[in-house]
Parts: sequence; C-alpha cells; structure tokens
Amino acid sequence: MDQIRESLLKTSIATKRERFGRSITMAALILIAVIVVSIFYFIASKGLSTFFVDKINVWEFLSGKTWNPGTTDAHGKQEVGALPMIVGSFLITVLSAIIATPFAIGTAVFMTEISPKHGARILQPVIELLVGIPSVVYGFIGLTVIVPLQRHIFGGSGFGVLAGTVVLFVMILPTVTSMTVDTLRSVPQYYRESALAIGATRWQAIYKVILRAATPGILTAIVFGMARAFGEALAVQMVVGNAPILPTNLTSPAATLTSILTQGIGNTVMGSMQNDVLWTLALILLFMSLVFNIIIRVIGKKGELK
Amino acid sequence: MNAKISNKIATAVLYLIAGLVVLLLAGLLGFILVSGVPHLSWHFLTSPSLAFQAGGGIEFQLFNSIYLLFITMLISFPIALGAGIYLNEYAKQNMFTTIIRTAIEILSSLPSVVVGLFGFLLIVVKLQLGFSILSGAIALTIFNLPLLTRSVEGSLKSIPDLQREAGSALGLSKWETVIHVIFPAALPSIVTGIVLSAGRVFGEAAALIYTAGQSAPALDFTDWNPFDATSPLNLMRPAETLAVHIWKINSEGIQPDAAQVSAGASAVLIIAVLIFNISARWIGKALYKRLTSAR
Repeated sequence: MDQIRESLLKTSIATKRERFGRSITMAALILIAVIVVSIFYFIASKGLSTFFVDKINVWEFLSGKTWNPGTTDAHGKQEVGALPMIVGSFLITVLSAIIATPFAIGTAVFMTEISPKHGARILQPVIELLVGIPSVVYGFIGLTVIVPLQRHIFGGSGFGVLAGTVVLFVMILPTVTSMTVDTLRSVPQYYRESALAIGATRWQAIYKVILRAATPGILTAIVFGMARAFGEALAVQMVVGNAPILPTNLTSPAATLTSILTQGIGNTVMGSMQNDVLWTLALILLFMSLVFNIIIRVIGKKGELK
Repeated sequence: MNAKISNKIATAVLYLIAGLVVLLLAGLLGFILVSGVPHLSWHFLTSPSLAFQAGGGIEFQLFNSIYLLFITMLISFPIALGAGIYLNEYAKQNMFTTIIRTAIEILSSLPSVVVGLFGFLLIVVKLQLGFSILSGAIALTIFNLPLLTRSVEGSLKSIPDLQREAGSALGLSKWETVIHVIFPAALPSIVTGIVLSAGRVFGEAAALIYTAGQSAPALDFTDWNPFDATSPLNLMRPAETLAVHIWKINSEGIQPDAAQVSAGASAVLIIAVLIFNISARWIGKALYKRLTSAR
C-alpha cells in the first residue's frame, strides 16, 4: 500500500522535466528583458553625466549651434551645442520618408491590386533581397554614385544633406514597401468585392476603400522606415560630410547624431567631457527610438478594426 | 472628372511608379554586381588586405565575417528558442508578458549603433573582453535576439492547436509536447527564420566597429588551436568583418584601390545575402519534405 501511495504522490519525471523546461525558457526570456533594461541604464548613466558631472546646461546642449567639445566660447562655456546634429538627423529622416512614401505606396498598390502576378513573381523577391542588403553597401553606392553626381550638378564637395537623403530613401524604400504590401494584403477580400459590386472602378476601390482601410498599417510602415533612417549610422556617415554645422541648404555638408557618434567615440578618452557628450547623443538616439516605438503603438491602437 | 478616365490615369501612374521603382532597384543590384564582380577572383578572396598598396584581398575579413556569424548564431539561437517557446507555449496574458513583449519590441527598434555602443561600454570596457570576436558576437546577439525570438514564436504559433491537444490526449506533459511534437513540426520554418536572420547579421557593421574592432590581424590557417593568438579560431582576437572593412576603407582608409576593393567586397556581401535568401527557402522546404510525408 505504502509503495503505491508513495509512487502516486511523488513528482513524476515528466513533471520535473516540465518544470525544468518551463524555467529554462523563462530564464531565456528574462535575459532579453535584462539586456534591454541594462542598455537603458548604461547609456543613460553615461549620457546624463554630461549634465550632472560636467555641469552642462541641458537647454544649452540641445539648442547650442556650435559643436566643438573641448573648447570654450567667449563666456567660458563649453561649445557643445547638439542642435546641428539634431536638425541634420531630423531633416534627413523626414525628407527621405517624404520621398519614399509615394513610391512605396504606389509600388505596393501595384503589387497587390493591379498586377498581383508580376508583383509576387518579380517584385517581391527583389524587394526582399533589397531589404537584406547591408547598409554599408548603400553607403558605398552613395559614395561612388550619388556624391559625384551631386558634386557634378550642384558643385561643392558633393557630400551633404541631399546625398544622405537619397541614400536613406533608397535604403528605406524596400522596407516601407514590403510592410505596406503586407498591410494591403491583410485588407479583407470582401472589401474589394463590395466596392466593385456597387459599381466602383478599380481606382475608386483602391483610393476610397482599400487605402482607407490600410491607413494605420501604412502609417506604421512609414514611421518604421523613419525609425530605421534616424538610427542608420554608417551609410549616412559615409555621404553626409560630417560637418557639425546647421545645414543652410540641401547641398552643404551636415552631420547627424549617428555620424558624429561613430566618428567620435573612438577618438575620445572614456570618462572625459568630450566622450560624455557623445554618449548624450547616443541617449538622444535611444530616446527617439522610444518615441518612434510609442508612435507606432498609438497608430496600432487607433487603427484596430472594431 | 469621369470615373473611368481617372481610373485609367491612376492605373497608368501606378504602372509608372512601379516601373520606376523596378528600374531603381534593378539598377541598384546591377550596379553592385557589374562594378563588383569583375574584381572578384580567387586571389581577391584568398589574399590578405593591404593598407597602403593596391592589390589587397579580403581573406581575413571574409573568414572573420563567417566565423563571427557562426559564433553569434551559436549564442543567440538557444536564447531565442527558449524565449520563443515560453512566449508562445507558456506565457499567460498578464502584466509580465506584456512588459517583456514591449521590451523585445523596443530592443528590435533600437538603432544598431546604440547596441554597438552598449556592447562597447559593457563588454569591451567594463568586462574587459577588449575588441574581440566574443565581444562582437555578444553585440550581434543582442542585435539579433528580438527578431529571431519573434520568428521562432511565429513559427511555433503557426502549428495548429490540434497538435497540442493530441499531445495532451496522449498523456504527454506540455514540455514533452513542445519538444517532441511542436518543435519538430515548426523546425522548417524556424530554420528559414535562422538563415534569414543570418543574412542580416552577416552584413551588420555599425554594431561591430566598437566591439569586434576595426583591425584584422594576420591569421595562421595552419594553427587551429583556439588559444593561440594567431589561430583563426581564437575568440579573443580583434576581427574586422567584411562590412566593417567596406566602411573603414571608404571613410578612413588610404588604399589607392579602395573603390575596387569595396566594390568587390560589396558584391560578395550581396551574393551572400542572395544565397542566404534562396537557401532559407530551399532548406525550409527540404526539411519540411524530410520531416513530414508531404510531397
């Protein structure tokens, strides 16, 4: 009797394995969360030391127009104004998204509504391949094609906002297009059928029904593309000119947060003020990627089909 | 305006846009291949790079890229698999799950340069691993984890619940069902996800310039002891990868033939991505055929 009782009450091997599996997979998940938290902790603690250790005014940092860490201006203050990079990053991001959007939507509509056969057979594989092309390759093409072209047409060095915008436009176009295609495909088929059944032309169905239904998804795709453009480092750094001055026109050299960051980290001493301000730029990048994330979430919530 | 005429105009415009994009994309691919492939030769792939003269190759960079990819996958796959299994099989709809899902989403949207800087700060400087393959692999793992986790989770999700119910009906525990039923069924699409993410990792540079370093010390391909300094398998040596090499010679390098070398290296990268893309699908299909009776 006791033996049976014992064997029934004892934890079976299966249960032990179950517990083991459950805890080991959970540990893997928690590890990821810990990584995220520590990224924020480390970058923030480094980035904020500009303000707390080096006593630089937050507002002056964000709105100052001259970037020359290590030298002081006439008032004895450090010349660490990050505005040129912030403006540069936003300018290039917004411009490239504005150019990419009509092309991405047009191509996606063509692929899903006008010619699904060609879309699936030719365009889809090409776009998937282009999504995977490393960003340095885009930078290299920018350097060998776009920069000389800009130099040829507009004069100057050829490096600048325009070159950066073109490179980022080409880079985010496949991403935005393929996400838009996914959204358009997820619009229920009966939307199309009902629109056509009440006598709409194909364009009316696209414009008045399908694109409206897909708006949240398309917006998400655009914001996603912008987030990618904003955080892109090397491709932009290769073509933008890396001159931390406020861009006055589209063909003059400029700088972005990422370009100054990649250039500077290796040339400054850890813990020095010159190094700390770079970490602050990284913190701004981190913050902006959070903002993009929140925007995508808000769009997603608002756009849920009820 | 007449609805029919506007329909025609709109269709024409859409054709035009799609045509332009096709031209642009085809031109892009064509440009890389046309300018790069002529520089590819056995000599280019198997000779070390030269810093001051023309005629250098990409031998060490190519090896470093492949080795780093391998180590990265070795670290990131088990973690992503575990996390994916928990998220799809065990996680309940509660605060904890929501927070973790948000964290993964945030991680996937972080610019890779930020991940690289974090790696530099924590692994290279604080943990004193220096510029090394190991540091680079950890940084790439962080960069790769969210996407791989999501892809594993998606693969598991696509397995119908019928299979789980069948497992339970046979008296298997949840874990046994996952390991013996769900995981094998999801394996083809998991493998596809791994290969696709490998393509992304292979071309990543921003996360590596301050973790795996920007120099490729000479390797001795006859010495396979991982603890020797010049051994290709040594985890603690700095390792400049192909993508980093392209960036480096174009922004700081002084090779007279930087343009040719980067064109050739770009072509290698593109061809690698192409191979990853094609083989991802092919391996997935082949595995599916092997593991099931589907024809």
